Amino acid sequence: MSPAHPPLMLSVRDLTVVLNDRRVLERVSFELSAGESLAVLGPNGAGKTVLLKTLLGLLPPASGSVVWDAGARLAYVPQKIDADLHLPLTLRTLLESKARILRLPSSAAGRAAEAADIPAAVLRTPLGHLSGGQLQKSLIAFALLGEPDVILLDEPTASLDELAEAHVYELLRDLRERRGLTLVFVSHDLSVVPSAATRVLCLNKATVCYGTPQQALTPEVFARLYAAPHAYFRHVAEAHGHAGGHGAAEHGASRHHHHHDV
Amino acid sequence: MTSTVSILALALPAAVAIGLMGGFALLKGMTLAGDTMSHIALPGIGLALLWGLNPLLGGVASLLAGGLLIWQIERRTGLPTENMIGVVFAVALAVGALVTPSEQLVEAVFGGSGAVTWTTVAVALAIAASVIAFLWMARDRLVLALFNADLAAVTGVSVARLNLLFLLAFAAALALGLRFLGALQVGALVIIPPAIARRFTHTLGAFLAGCVIVSVAAVLVGSLVAASQGWSLGPTIVLTAGAAFALSLFKKKE
Repeated sequence: MSPAHPPLMLSVRDLTVVLNDRRVLERVSFELSAGESLAVLGPNGAGKTVLLKTLLGLLPPASGSVVWDAGARLAYVPQKIDADLHLPLTLRTLLESKARILRLPSSAAGRAAEAADIPAAVLRTPLGHLSGGQLQKSLIAFALLGEPDVILLDEPTASLDELAEAHVYELLRDLRERRGLTLVFVSHDLSVVPSAATRVLCLNKATVCYGTPQQALTPEVFARLYAAPHAYFRHVAEAHGHAGGHGAAEHGASRHHHHHDV
Repeated sequence: MTSTVSILALALPAAVAIGLMGGFALLKGMTLAGDTMSHIALPGIGLALLWGLNPLLGGVASLLAGGLLIWQIERRTGLPTENMIGVVFAVALAVGALVTPSEQLVEAVFGGSGAVTWTTVAVALAIAASVIAFLWMARDRLVLALFNADLAAVTGVSVARLNLLFLLAFAAALALGLRFLGALQVGALVIIPPAIARRFTHTLGAFLAGCVIVSVAAVLVGSLVAASQGWSLGPTIVLTAGAAFALSLFKKKE
């Protein structure tokens, strides 16, 4: 992995976000070093997408701070696309449009597609004719255009089958290792986290856990995070090499949130 | 200047601008908005007629004011653009029906084919050129914003400002068709050409070119048919576009 003390890329302190008079995030704090991959986990309505949009500057914090490394270039892979994908829009059009807005040479569009492992034929295909996996890779190619330092991805594999999901995470891991990219991704799939993330942030409006996957993904955390039957999460935790199913049973009913901020 | 020549001098540049705007409106999912939004011109036309002013300018002013109003309400309430257009449309239609002199209401609603002045042609040309120039200069930002507004914002596009400019350009394009199509029918030139072009094209450039070609062809053929048969201009243009759409249905689905 990178140097012993990689520079700090992101510092979030006591971040509170209020939308329509409702507190969606409450005093969330964490830090992320350059080159790391942060998985943001949590149940529906936990504030994961709001956190991503606040980190991107699309939503204002009510209080607290979000500080990126000076000059850090951010890119985003959204959860859904607004456009009717049956319209005559191709990835080439999108990449060339972004390249012109950023005043980059048109060759940058081709390089971004290449970096995301996109064949030339996909560039020319209307977006509505692409498979789910191709569309996700297209969005990643779009994000890569402009040489970002950080990519924030909102459930990048939500609608993909297991094989396509594996390809997307393999691409992201490869990009992180080769380009030193910092990644922040929201995921509902716990099984990918140990291999795809170096850090995990469990969110349920407030921080439920933060740390490496080994530190953070415990049955107790699962139970607190999802408030779901502990047996299922004991099974998941055992698959990840954790013992302590009884711990889950003992702590499963506990709903209070500890802060493990760094 | 004969009525056919003068109306074509106004209608052809208008067809280019409206066809192009229709393409972007389809991409933004607001083609039907064109049909309703055009009615917002009625109060302006009515007041212009009452005060002895150029009705085109009255329609333009009314549409631009309506566009601004829709944008402001949308920003303050977060309600969808189409919803806001619907509300403003209903009120504007009622006001327009009240203030427009009844003998001129039919022409305001269905368009007319009488000769137009050079001043009107010059104003229409200037508006058409402005709409086309805006769409050309903003095309990349519009494409990203319609694809995903957050992606566009992260790329540095001011989406709220772009939406306002688009609404104003949309209103201006609709105003261009008022004279020869009328407030009730100008929406047809926003809706039908893109509906045909999308069936035959796979790239954005080809699609937009297709929208313009169909729009211009419908206006040209419709005008000639109306002049030779003595039919009303607006309905003939809309029927021509409708016939082209019917023919396009013979193309098999891919």
